[in-house]
Amino acid sequence: MPIFDVIDLNLHYLTRFGDTIHAVSGVSFSLEKGEVLGIAGESGCGKSTLVNGCMGLIIPPLYPTSGDVRVGGESIMNRTPQDIRKNVLARKVAMIPQGAFNSLNPTRKIKDMAADVIADHENGGSKKDIHARLRERFTMIGMEADAVLNAFPIQLTAGMRQRSVIGISTLLNPQVVIADEPTSALDVTTQKSVIKMIFELLHKGIFSSMIFITHELPLLRHVADRIAIMYAGEFVELGATRQIIFDPRHPYTRALMGAMLSAEPGQKQKKPVAIEGAPPNLAKSITGCRFAPRCPQVRQECKAKKQEIRIVGERQVRCDYAE
Amino acid sequence: MQNKQDIFHATNLTCIFGHGKKLTKAIDNISFSIADEEIVSLVGGSGCGKSVLAKIMLGLIAPTFGTFAYKGNAIKNLRDHWREVQPVFQDPFSCFNQFFTIRSQLKSSFRILKEKPSNSEMEERVDRALLAVNIQPPEIEGKYPFELSGGQMQRMLLARIFILRPKVLIADEPTSMVDACVRANILDYLMKLKAELKMTIVFITHDIGLAYYVSDRLFIMHQGKIVEQGAPDQVTLKPENEHTVQLLDDIPDIHKEWIKRR
Repeated sequence: MPIFDVIDLNLHYLTRFGDTIHAVSGVSFSLEKGEVLGIAGESGCGKSTLVNGCMGLIIPPLYPTSGDVRVGGESIMNRTPQDIRKNVLARKVAMIPQGAFNSLNPTRKIKDMAADVIADHENGGSKKDIHARLRERFTMIGMEADAVLNAFPIQLTAGMRQRSVIGISTLLNPQVVIADEPTSALDVTTQKSVIKMIFELLHKGIFSSMIFITHELPLLRHVADRIAIMYAGEFVELGATRQIIFDPRHPYTRALMGAMLSAEPGQKQKKPVAIEGAPPNLAKSITGCRFAPRCPQVRQECKAKKQEIRIVGERQVRCDYAE
Repeated sequence: MQNKQDIFHATNLTCIFGHGKKLTKAIDNISFSIADEEIVSLVGGSGCGKSVLAKIMLGLIAPTFGTFAYKGNAIKNLRDHWREVQPVFQDPFSCFNQFFTIRSQLKSSFRILKEKPSNSEMEERVDRALLAVNIQPPEIEGKYPFELSGGQMQRMLLARIFILRPKVLIADEPTSMVDACVRANILDYLMKLKAELKMTIVFITHDIGLAYYVSDRLFIMHQGKIVEQGAPDQVTLKPENEHTVQLLDDIPDIHKEWIKRR
């Protein structure tokens, strides 16, 4: 049985001008134990809104339209923020945010912030016990526990900060971890060590599966088991990593691959090709395929008929003409 | 040895911050020269001194020891220097004032020039620069920086370069905040700029893939030193220094094993 299910999720924002922005539409996927799902897409395609939906944090101006999110078979939709905070976040679903520095309080030590997580979700336990537990956990994930726990965020390097944030997020052994661009602010060497640490946690069973969000496709190739490509609030392609990276079928996925750069021999002549145009305005209702205005293989029918997810081989594609 | 054709020439350049126990050598005794119309990339991990070198090139920091020359002369008057050397920074949102419209800020960049053109000419040049970066002028009419997306803002910084037409461009991680599509777009504009204005570009990045694609020469930096330099193919295919090997190894490449999953 999958431990995390998203079933036909639709989310919308209401703006103060009275517009309805359908930021996420018709997203469905499920995660098995031990699986890593990568989600890629350009900025503004609804990745972060989907993350909020997956955590059950649906706080105005974001509203649920329809669909369901289930963790271990139990729905986390339509609950109060207090309930979500107490019972779902950090225990069932935890998030690793992008900017580590912005998510740590500069006036508090790492151990105080970490102790808050335990004290907030579990009753009882003296400060001493909590600190002993923290030391044990931080040693287990391969950090110098005493030095890190007693430091203020500003005393740590960017990599250490990001690792402390990961340590704090996974303190209560959540089932699913959502990593929203955990390494895009780091340089390549630090990025590698942080990714290594995330996988160590996964292998030690501290969390059982992960959603990894990034716009760096070469990174996803190494991190994810399956990749979903998102465009304008929809999944346009979902399949095994190998299929998506080396044999993309949807025109948008192909275009994304074309925009990629790599430092491999013989690639200098290969010019990255930008996709012309901009994504559609999600405040207006869209008839037909959302990618049609930018699609190189656009046909007359695409502009009139809404494309639905089809199963092609072992993957899902939202294009009627992908063979 | 000093060549008049050289845009930048550095001899035994050293830059030190702090003193005593906290002494940091940000730039440690490096010498190099950058020729006219060349694209040079500075690549290295965080804290290796890339940005300090960029600031020295812009005249914002004076080197502690050694000489640094622009076209054979030391940098004296900053306004004169900035007429010819202009930067593009990483985060466009911190480069623009939130309280003024973008158009007025683009127009105010003319103030660095010795002779300000007439108002109608300024308007026309702003329009042309906007079209050059693929933005229709009405799109940003009356808009403030926070109303645009990251990719659009980054293009506004490039539009500034089109307006000022400098001789040298210092690009400090201009694409690290944006996604792959926008990155390809921005690189296109940079190359267009380079072809049109015959500029020298100093590209600062930690993405060796990007550096490999754009540059004529690569400098690999580590702890304030240039540990390896040469043509992109030579550096990426036959790296000699261990730090270069390390850097190349850490990049997630599509076809190469990167980390062991299980």
